[in-house]
Amino acid sequence: MIELLYLAAAVSFIVGLKRLGGPRTARSGNRIAAVGMLVALVVALVDADIVNWETVAAGLVVGTVLGVWGAVRVQMTAMPQMVAVFNGLGGIASALVAAAAVLEADLSFLPAETTLTILISTLIGAVTFTGSFVAYAKLQGLLSGNPIVFPGQQVVNAFLVVVAVGAGVWMIAGDNHDAYWVLGAVALVIGIMAVIPIGGADMPVVISLLNSFSGLAAASAGFVFANNALIIGGALVGAAGLILTILMTKAMNRSLANVLFAGFGSGDGFAGAGEMSTKPVKRATAEDAAIALGYADSVMVVPGYGLAVAQAQHATRKLATALEERGITVHYAIHPVAGRMPGHMNVLLAEADVPYEQLLDLEQADPQLPQTDVVLILGANDVVNPSARDDSTSPIYGMPIFNVDRAGTVIVVKRSLSPGFAGIDNPLFYNDNTLMFFADAKDALEQTLNALGDV
Amino acid sequence: MSVLIIGVTVFVLAAFVGFEVISKVPPTLHTPLMSGANAISGITIIAAVTAAGLGSTALIEILGFLAVVTATVNVVGGFLVTDRMLQMFRRPGGRGDEQK
Repeated sequence: MIELLYLAAAVSFIVGLKRLGGPRTARSGNRIAAVGMLVALVVALVDADIVNWETVAAGLVVGTVLGVWGAVRVQMTAMPQMVAVFNGLGGIASALVAAAAVLEADLSFLPAETTLTILISTLIGAVTFTGSFVAYAKLQGLLSGNPIVFPGQQVVNAFLVVVAVGAGVWMIAGDNHDAYWVLGAVALVIGIMAVIPIGGADMPVVISLLNSFSGLAAASAGFVFANNALIIGGALVGAAGLILTILMTKAMNRSLANVLFAGFGSGDGFAGAGEMSTKPVKRATAEDAAIALGYADSVMVVPGYGLAVAQAQHATRKLATALEERGITVHYAIHPVAGRMPGHMNVLLAEADVPYEQLLDLEQADPQLPQTDVVLILGANDVVNPSARDDSTSPIYGMPIFNVDRAGTVIVVKRSLSPGFAGIDNPLFYNDNTLMFFADAKDALEQTLNALGDV
Repeated sequence: MSVLIIGVTVFVLAAFVGFEVISKVPPTLHTPLMSGANAISGITIIAAVTAAGLGSTALIEILGFLAVVTATVNVVGGFLVTDRMLQMFRRPGGRGDEQK
């Protein structure tokens, strides 16, 4: 009976994930999975012959309060940070469970395969935990978003991996508790070392991968306790995270290894840094932008991370509404890696009430650009950089981009001429049909909206 | 079959189900998919309550307690925030329809 109820929970996860894949069914899918989780929890509480009821109840209450508080309070612009934190907490929960299992057991009676699953659970869980919190710190701006690299980094990392493996072997062969704690500590450090060299623009990949890891951590805890609900739930999340990871790396035309180990944006892209300041750009004011937009027939908005930073999603929507009232067609072109997590821009624009059907993905939007009168770029950079198409020496060469330079006029709203995260100069800014509007995205949009009244 | 082999079998099959079920999600739903999946990874909660509930020493009980707290935050926060996001997506027939 217990096993069947766990199976029901696992099935609810599968059905829930399936329904999360469609806009109409997504909300019910999420709820189905939540109900399955509740069933699994109740079954576990009933089945376990629990002695320390106070501890369990206190943990559930504290966790619920913190979870509700976080979920209700978080702003949509901060969603990548929130997901990073949740990933990390899921990871450490699996590692803690494994640690409890180690302390509970007499290692010499434990089969080697169980010890191995405990080690894997601890390793993945701890790496997910610290890795996620480094990602959080980078997203929140507590740590620099630039890659943090130092000489000998690879050697240090290799050493850490060797120590982790050695500790694992020592624990299995020698039934040694101390080895376990060594491994746990090293795993925590590995998580930090793995994420610090990764630049902020690559965060969509990292978050997806850590999401996958949090699932694998749960699955490995399932091996420790021989529990199929954990194994199935964890495997599903592992697969979901991996799919998103692959989608993100494809959208950047890079391999996962390149994202993880290349220290992208750490300097090699800065070759053009000297020349870029000397080239002239056409500066635009809010009035110029309003005139260009107000007399267009079609406008394509290309949002990027700058939009999230400036919290400009509502201002964007207001300007778009004003344009639509003048009979202008407005669409949004959303690159798969725009923002700091997969689908980040879609969530922000949905919050601002932008209709779903106006959001176009890469394949839909790009063919429309040659017929588009005005492209409005809000805090995006690398995803509209023609170097990815034209310059085979560019670090982002081959990355699929929006070919916005083929549109009539391009308005770039940007705080300064500084290069994007990848540290790559953007030839788009110096084109004859590009207007540079140097301002915070939100201020720029509000000023343009005001100016539009006089056009 | 040993318990481990059964576990590996279940894991591999579940992973394939996951790939099949999720492979065609539109980009708009990537963030909710991720946070929803994330909440599901909090299934560790069932191992956590067992560890905390049966802990025979104070240290184990503390580790178990921390596991319950973190897993619960993961589960409750994850499902709630996903619901919050999806609620925004679901306003049907918004202003976009009037434009047509």
